Amino acid sequence: MSAEDTLLYLDGVSVSFDGFRALNNLSLTMMPGEMRAIIGPNGAGKTTMMDVITGKTRPDHGTILFEGETDLTKLREASIANLGIGRKFQRPTVFEPHSVWDNLELALKAPRSPLKTLTYAISREDRARIEDILDITRLSPKRDRLAGSLSHGEKQWLEIGMLLAQDPKLLLVDEPVAGMTDAETEQTARLLCDIAGKHSVIVVEHDMSFVRALGVKVTVLAEGSVLAEGSLDSVSANQQVIDVYLGR
Amino acid sequence: MLTRFFLMGLDRKAGLVLTVLALLAVLVPVMTLIVPEGSPWHVSIFTVSLLGKYLCFALLALALDLVWGYVGILSLGHAAFFALGGYAMGMYLMRQIGPRGVYGNPILPDFMVFLNWKELPWYWLGFDHFWFAAIMVLVVPGALAFAFGWFAFRSRVTGVYLSIITQALTFALLLAFFRNDMGFGGNNGLTDFKEILGYDIQAPGTRVGLFLATIAALALSYMIASGIIASKLGKVLVAVRDTESRVRFLGYNTESYKLFAWTLSACMAGVAGALYVPQVGIINPSEFAPASSIEAVIWVAVGGRGTLAGAILGAVLVNFGKSYFTGALPEFWLFALGGLFVLVTLFLPKGLLGLWAQLTARLPNAKGPNAKGKNAPNGNTADQKGM
Repeated sequence: MSAEDTLLYLDGVSVSFDGFRALNNLSLTMMPGEMRAIIGPNGAGKTTMMDVITGKTRPDHGTILFEGETDLTKLREASIANLGIGRKFQRPTVFEPHSVWDNLELALKAPRSPLKTLTYAISREDRARIEDILDITRLSPKRDRLAGSLSHGEKQWLEIGMLLAQDPKLLLVDEPVAGMTDAETEQTARLLCDIAGKHSVIVVEHDMSFVRALGVKVTVLAEGSVLAEGSLDSVSANQQVIDVYLGR
Repeated sequence: MLTRFFLMGLDRKAGLVLTVLALLAVLVPVMTLIVPEGSPWHVSIFTVSLLGKYLCFALLALALDLVWGYVGILSLGHAAFFALGGYAMGMYLMRQIGPRGVYGNPILPDFMVFLNWKELPWYWLGFDHFWFAAIMVLVVPGALAFAFGWFAFRSRVTGVYLSIITQALTFALLLAFFRNDMGFGGNNGLTDFKEILGYDIQAPGTRVGLFLATIAALALSYMIASGIIASKLGKVLVAVRDTESRVRFLGYNTESYKLFAWTLSACMAGVAGALYVPQVGIINPSEFAPASSIEAVIWVAVGGRGTLAGAILGAVLVNFGKSYFTGALPEFWLFALGGLFVLVTLFLPKGLLGLWAQLTARLPNAKGPNAKGKNAPNGNTADQKGM
């Protein structure tokens, strides 16, 4: 497959930490607007894959192209984020001393230089955009609360809301439902499906019922490379996948 | 736009701080220059300079709080920027002495004549003009901070490691300024000043003038700092303090944010030093001593870090205590200072202002958590990371 039409193109990406191969010749492509679930046992390289895409870790070998042309392996985190790649951490990471509203305002797509933020005054469009996101994430009644006082699930939604505010082309979402109740999990699945229409999304998740609820193409990672790819049903039937992951 | 910027930072706390400073600016000159000496309301010139000195320290503490309290950079070398500003002002004051020095050399300061120097080193040129010295007061500490921050922040040095290099920075400057051939008066530093801007530096009028200049500098710096904190930039700074990686993944270049606050803070510290030197009459390398920087950290911790007003309060209170104790029980001062730091760290993690906020929050008519949250960023997460 050529890299040209893809949104994200990983080819032969390898990363080692002290001799341990976290990613081993990993290749993966994402089309614009696509939503993909990534599953795999612990240590399969799921989080490392997100790290190399977002510039946190430099790969030892391999190519990572965004929109078929931009080489992500040469850029720093902030530049990659400004290209349109947003990331949600495994543990909810929001700005706890700031209000929910301020968290969204900080994430909102706007010039990022110190001088521009010093003189920033919120515009009517920005205000409407934040209101929208508050509605989508159901945090509207809590807009003035400090983010640190939110529940675990609310923090996860706020962080997803911050990703939306960034308006990225590609969202990387790491275990969004870890530690959530069933009702929260279901709501999160709906939230992500809403988002998927306008953005491409990669979701890393352990929770199989959640992956089923998403109903998208699944990539199984094991020992740093792709083991299988396809619908959840087809990969679930794959003997190798059962051996290394599902069977345990 | 500038007005909007200053208005943004004007909350109740800022109003209180500015009112107190304005009162001091009116009362102290009246009580010194107009109230006759016999009256119980008279304030001596000595006290005016002492107060002026405290306020210089308050400005240093404010500068430190901006980077420590809001960006989480614990600088153990802020006195270096203070001293550099002080030296820039000292050089101007030395040139103002002219032929009135002991050796009567119209150009060379006494210590250079003593060292048998024949001409002024190049880096002393220009310091006979006040405007040049005033620019250098900002530029020298600012440039050093910029260069230091550029390398430190880009290499992602944070936490304890960063604190240790700031300490090394001030220690290296201490050793350098002790050397006679640096051309800054070595061990003795710069002293025996006569005039500033043509006014006798010992005259009551000049002393009051310097005191007023210090108040003005402190008030302006406070307004700049609180304007920044209230802006979106200030929110980014606090976010960098608590979760820097998150801010990076949002697309902010966190290094440039830290560099901005760090350089601005160094410039403020330089101004504080420049106002300090004419009021105490001397600047010598001991200002670079690591202990001076650590003392400044204690002022901020005592007053309440990340509150701005707390830094001012802490600096004034601790230095008042220092003046009192070093007079009454000189051998106990260092123990008192050390004990104070331990007590504040253990029992008042948010300093005196934090204690005040806690007490008022218990009152039935206190405002809700939102109103409080706006002014005082919750230090919980920061305390763990910043210390």
